[in-house]
Amino acid sequence: MIAFLLKRTANAVFVMLAVALLAFVIFRFFGDPVEMMVNEQASLQDRVELRERLGLNDGFVTQYTRFVTNAVQGDFGISYRNQQDVMVLIKERFPATFELVLVATVISLVVGVPAGVITAVYRDSRLANMLQLGSIVGVSLPSFVVGILLILAFSVSLGWLPAFGRGETVDIGWWSTGLLTPSGRAALVLPAISLSTFQVTLVMRLVRAEMLETLRADYIKFARARGVPTARVQWRHALRNCLMPVITLTGMQIGNLIAFALVTETVFQWPGMGMLFIQAVTFVDLPVMAAYLLIVSFIFVALNTLVDITYAWVDPRLRDDSARGNG
Amino acid sequence: MDNSIPLTTSAAPKRPSRLTQLRDSDLWYSFRAHPSAIFAAVLLALVAVTAFLAPLITPQNPYDLAALELWNSEIPPIWEAGGQWPYLLGTDTQGRDILSAVLYGSRISLIIGFASVLLALAVGLALGLVAGYFGGWIDNVIMRVGDVLLSMPFILIAILITAIASASLPTGLKDVLAAPILIFAIAVPSWVQYARTVRASAMVEAKKEYVQAAKLIRVKSWRIMLHHILPNCLTPILVAATLNFGLAILSEATLSFLGVGMPPDQPSLGTLIRIGNQYLFSGLWWIVVFPSIQLCLIVLSVNMIGDWLRDALNPKLR
Repeated sequence: MIAFLLKRTANAVFVMLAVALLAFVIFRFFGDPVEMMVNEQASLQDRVELRERLGLNDGFVTQYTRFVTNAVQGDFGISYRNQQDVMVLIKERFPATFELVLVATVISLVVGVPAGVITAVYRDSRLANMLQLGSIVGVSLPSFVVGILLILAFSVSLGWLPAFGRGETVDIGWWSTGLLTPSGRAALVLPAISLSTFQVTLVMRLVRAEMLETLRADYIKFARARGVPTARVQWRHALRNCLMPVITLTGMQIGNLIAFALVTETVFQWPGMGMLFIQAVTFVDLPVMAAYLLIVSFIFVALNTLVDITYAWVDPRLRDDSARGNG
Repeated sequence: MDNSIPLTTSAAPKRPSRLTQLRDSDLWYSFRAHPSAIFAAVLLALVAVTAFLAPLITPQNPYDLAALELWNSEIPPIWEAGGQWPYLLGTDTQGRDILSAVLYGSRISLIIGFASVLLALAVGLALGLVAGYFGGWIDNVIMRVGDVLLSMPFILIAILITAIASASLPTGLKDVLAAPILIFAIAVPSWVQYARTVRASAMVEAKKEYVQAAKLIRVKSWRIMLHHILPNCLTPILVAATLNFGLAILSEATLSFLGVGMPPDQPSLGTLIRIGNQYLFSGLWWIVVFPSIQLCLIVLSVNMIGDWLRDALNPKLR
């Protein structure tokens, strides 16, 4: 187990170093940091000094090492656009994205799991067929189209819910939450639904496939034979055994949801990390782009590694297999 | 049956023609038995035909600024009060016919989606074959690069590529190269899936006796890979490619919507939605709704075909 743990962690570190290399190359070679930081009147002397002070004359490896060391300590430099510490900017925006992703995940489970069970249990019924059709439509609807249509329906036509912003927020330490005020919660509804559409269908399809397999198992037949009520067999005995893959999927998808939140955030003018990133892209604010890439990839890789390790811990066969693969 | 002596060599035992083969195949049978697949195929064919015939059937060339008349702007769809022939789906704020824009936009979306799948297929199949067939360090390098690509969210890679490309290109060149950049940006994160699939089967096949025999009689490596190994792993690749076609169109639309894709003077469906999104609150709903519907129809029909294909080609479900 320890060997597996080490190997998996080493792998994750390697991947992160590669991503960091990419981020570093973007940061260092597309646009000259000195030109971005000084103002128009700066003399050649100033520029040379700044170049020296930033260490841009050092070798590639030295600069890369410094970039990684700083990044690990949460230092991503200064934003070109508003001259603020990048980490401060991201810290300010992170709660908004996190709450959006969290609520979207909850929606995907609350809607996706029952829908998946229904389509599996009442196969070929009209309700199941409609849900199945709904799921393929859900996969095909781009999240920004869902967002726009929701705004059109619930904000423009009906005027029920706000179409942009986060509403009122409450600060708890450095964390600003919108979950505690009515306007904050109202503002969260449409973005969360639009972000969760794809995830709902994913969960639903997975639960359906798992349920269909589980319902054929012997212990289900036995439970029926013993006289356990059908609904109880389906919703307790069978469903419980389907939840492990659902939890895995949910865990692994969080990274993707954070990345996809940038689309939703653009539609709803949601002041999260994603909007920060898109603005950075528009203004070629390279430090912010590099930092966002690193942070999102880190969350992505960390979750995947965690899921793998948990699996190996629960199921020793996976450990053996990868040990053999290692030679 | 036919006992006469063949006069020419080509009259030897006659193989059924390609068309007959197709007609008698399980796939065609399954296709006919699935109304949803037929519906999707007809829909997609309709979209493709109207998109490619756009210059012939649309009332207006939406790219030709001279053809736009400002007094024809903001006309609602024809069934609404104030609708005008020939602007079936209305016009935007510059007098551009929405239907024409949607058809031209579909053409761009379809081409970019298709080209990026082709590029990803070519790269993925080639690298996967090489990795699986030769193994060793080259396999290691290719698959590690793939690992790194898969450890970043798809959409993020695509955005970064388009953002960096447009930041480092001069303004004039940026718009001309927008489509190739998008194709490249979508293909980069998607080749890995094909490479992994092909690599897995190539590794298995490379050990089999027929490949050993081929090696023994000195068939060239590339020939073994292309003619012997590749045909054995085409089924899963075909399904993946179909579903990825839908994904590629979606990705292109998303990038264009975010403003890092096609420029407004040669709009894809995503760009049209981005433009229309600005008029969401001014009551001009048709500018944004019709491109959205078209985009959803395209992706929906591709996904339905992909789903059907996956089930039809899966021997376990027969």
